Amino acid sequence: MTAQVITVTSGKGGVGKTTAVANLATALAADGKKVVCMDGDIGLRNLDVIMGLENRIVYDIVDVIEGRCKLKQAMIRDKHYPDLYLIPAAQTRDKNAVSPSDMTRICNDLRPDADFVIIDSPAGIERGFRNAIAPADRVLVVTNPEVSAVRDADRVVGILEAEEKGSPSLILNRLNPTLVRNNDMLSAEDVLDLLGIQLIGIVPEDESVIIGSNRGAPVVTDAKSRAGQAFRNIAKRLQGQEIPFMDLEQQGGLWGAIQKLTGRK
Amino acid sequence: MGFFTRKRSAESAKERLQLVLVHDRTDLTPAQLESLKNELLEAISHYIEIDPEAVQIGLERDGRSQKLVADIPLRSVSRHRAG
Ligand SMILES: Nc1ncnc2c1ncn2[C@@H]1O[C@H](COP(=O)(O)OP(=O)(O)O)[C@@H](O)[C@H]1O
Ligand SMILES: [Mg+2]
Repeated sequence: MTAQVITVTSGKGGVGKTTAVANLATALAADGKKVVCMDGDIGLRNLDVIMGLENRIVYDIVDVIEGRCKLKQAMIRDKHYPDLYLIPAAQTRDKNAVSPSDMTRICNDLRPDADFVIIDSPAGIERGFRNAIAPADRVLVVTNPEVSAVRDADRVVGILEAEEKGSPSLILNRLNPTLVRNNDMLSAEDVLDLLGIQLIGIVPEDESVIIGSNRGAPVVTDAKSRAGQAFRNIAKRLQGQEIPFMDLEQQGGLWGAIQKLTGRK
Repeated sequence: MGFFTRKRSAESAKERLQLVLVHDRTDLTPAQLESLKNELLEAISHYIEIDPEAVQIGLERDGRSQKLVADIPLRSVSRHRAG
């Protein structure tokens, strides 16, 4: 077994990176994969609460790097999926405690025993972002259909190309089908045309994401959630399956697609 | 301005982003592009007569790459003499 390392990044903050990492990791684990997710946002730890694992943390990634614990000791097992682990970010330490080569080394240690390592990148294009992309075999860029988020995503795509990380895939998050239909929101086609990269999934704006994060249970575990379905589809695409895109942009298309996919009605 | 003539905001977003991205990607400000144009036109007019009003020079996107596209009509020498 040798894990694929996938980094989720964005440029702009608050677009849904942590949400995407928690959901993709959980969906991959639900599909029977061995998954380790890593919080790369040193000082602004969040993946633990989104996954509902905050009470189980003993060691963090900086403890591993500075030799206070073994890698295995910092890996927190998920409550529901025994093959899903989280390596938390350090909350109190300075960002420079982690370097790109530390990240590469940790990922290389994880590779033999996992199918996927998923890294949650901090916002921005500074040290934390560099750390997060260093070990990546594949990069997913998250954006929202808004001017500032798309602009920042384009900067990140440019840097990834310059660093020869290959062309990243796009997760378009928080798309509001009604606004798109009224031509008051950039459509998926618009964003893809602007960014010039490939699409791996469109996730609708969905209040169940917030309800899931309140509970510490990613929405992919909610069979009825539209966003959950979108993330489950992305997880399948990461495993190399060809899954058609949900039609979020036509009247009734969304519900029709969901109902078909979930076998309801 | 009436409801039916108002441009919907998605269109504005796309047009504005198209411009912003091309400048971000080339690291060229609109002012720099303007002076590039002027210098280019000056250089060309040392050799051939052009109509500065008809000239179009701008950055265009082609997937993830940018190109500088120039459309520079030349003044016809014979017609110019006859006229
Ligand atoms: N598809 C969605 N629908 C509704 N809310 C969302 C969606 N995706 C993310 N959010 C919300 O947006 C906020 C920012 O998400 P988060 O994943 O923390 O972003 P980032 O990690 O990029 O900073 C959170 O409050 C989250 O619940
Ligand atoms: Mg985050």
